[in-house]
Amino acid sequence: MGSSNTENTPLISLKQAMKIYGHLTALKKVDLDIFRGQSITIFGPNGAGKSTLLKILSMQSRLTSGSLLYNNIPYKKLNDDFRYNFGVISHQPFVYGGLSAMENLKFYGSLYNVSNVEEKASELLKQLDLYKRKDDLVRTFSRGMLQRISIARALIHSPEIIFLDEPYTGLDSLASNKLSILLKEQLSNNKTIIMVTHDLITGLDLADTVLIMNKGKIVYNCKKSDIEQENFHNIYLETAVEKGA
Amino acid sequence: MNYFKALFTIVKKDVLMEMRTKEVVNASLVFAILLVIVFSFIMEPGSEVEKKIAGGIFWMAVTFSGILGLNKTMMSELEGGNFEALMLAPVDKSAIFFGKVISNMLVLILLEIILIPLFLIFYSINIVSHPLMIAVLFLATYGYALVGTLFSMISVRTNSREIMLPLLLLPIMIPILIAAILSTNIFISGSDIIYSYNWIKLTAVFDIIFTAVIFGIFSAIIEE
Repeated sequence: MGSSNTENTPLISLKQAMKIYGHLTALKKVDLDIFRGQSITIFGPNGAGKSTLLKILSMQSRLTSGSLLYNNIPYKKLNDDFRYNFGVISHQPFVYGGLSAMENLKFYGSLYNVSNVEEKASELLKQLDLYKRKDDLVRTFSRGMLQRISIARALIHSPEIIFLDEPYTGLDSLASNKLSILLKEQLSNNKTIIMVTHDLITGLDLADTVLIMNKGKIVYNCKKSDIEQENFHNIYLETAVEKGA
Repeated sequence: MNYFKALFTIVKKDVLMEMRTKEVVNASLVFAILLVIVFSFIMEPGSEVEKKIAGGIFWMAVTFSGILGLNKTMMSELEGGNFEALMLAPVDKSAIFFGKVISNMLVLILLEIILIPLFLIFYSINIVSHPLMIAVLFLATYGYALVGTLFSMISVRTNSREIMLPLLLLPIMIPILIAAILSTNIFISGSDIIYSYNWIKLTAVFDIIFTAVIFGIFSAIIEE
């Protein structure tokens, strides 16, 4: 895999990764190197193994076989503190309906030992247009607002690696635009972004490397600079359908 | 992050949520009060039988209403995927577990504090008739919260969680329930407190063994 970074050691290295759920093989001998500051977008049809790959990389799920290294250290040898580097936006919001937006951010901020948590939470809520609702219970929020509070929660501790699983789901165009700006800001701060999405335009816009998965395998891995963006939709259809078939 | 700071953060969050929603306390309390009142109707006030089974009624009320509470608290972690988010946090996973144990224990203690005067009203029995009873209450409640939290984490992911939790929990709880009921009855009946020592020791040993085992293996068993 190509790298846009000068560092030689991958930040994350996945080798011959297999993940099996019962009779279903979700990942089939996947190899992937991710470097600091890289922005990877993973595309693929439903059931291709994108979310599984994201869960493996973010240590939410364990590999059945193969190895996962962070800075050349096997993940099993890392202590709990290493998770401080991760910010995860999942299908689920990871927030408590019985707490307000600010209370949720303060709670997760405390767990991540964030200093000036209230200040950081206010800043994020302002960026995501939720500040006026900061004292409202999260259970009163709409789907789009839940997604925005979920983004704020994932970024409250300024993680080095941001994992996003369909982050644009439920967001209107204005909120989508704000999220893209927020993510580009993170990239300019040399943060690493790994995103799963079905939105080809937005996903391609943020990426410097594009992966396409199908049936548990990475069937396409290319730098964005090497892609003819006008033809990407066709490339996606050909790769995802034909190579996976 | 500091182990105890993480533990305290979990407890603080649970207390805040409970103060706001009162979901756990309300569900448990209504059931416990109804149970105590209904049993008071079937016995003659001040009878010897009442004294012999009062300890059983007290702990039955705590146990069964506690099961309702345990299910509710764990549901709040499951909704919205919060449990996964907690597992992602850079803290020792057992700190999260013991934070939940303390939160559940606080709810059970509140329940007991409300039940004690009810026993005075409906049964004319003082549950805390001897200072050692406070130790019994503390040790048995901790043991119940400890094992209850563990099994509620397992059962809450099943479809029949309301049935699964008592099925898993009650057989394990038998030693602690017998010890708590019999030592409570010793204090209520005014028998020599020396007979309660072994029951109290049994409860303490149960608590120590389960605390040590869960502390040692929780991180491993909670991961896949």
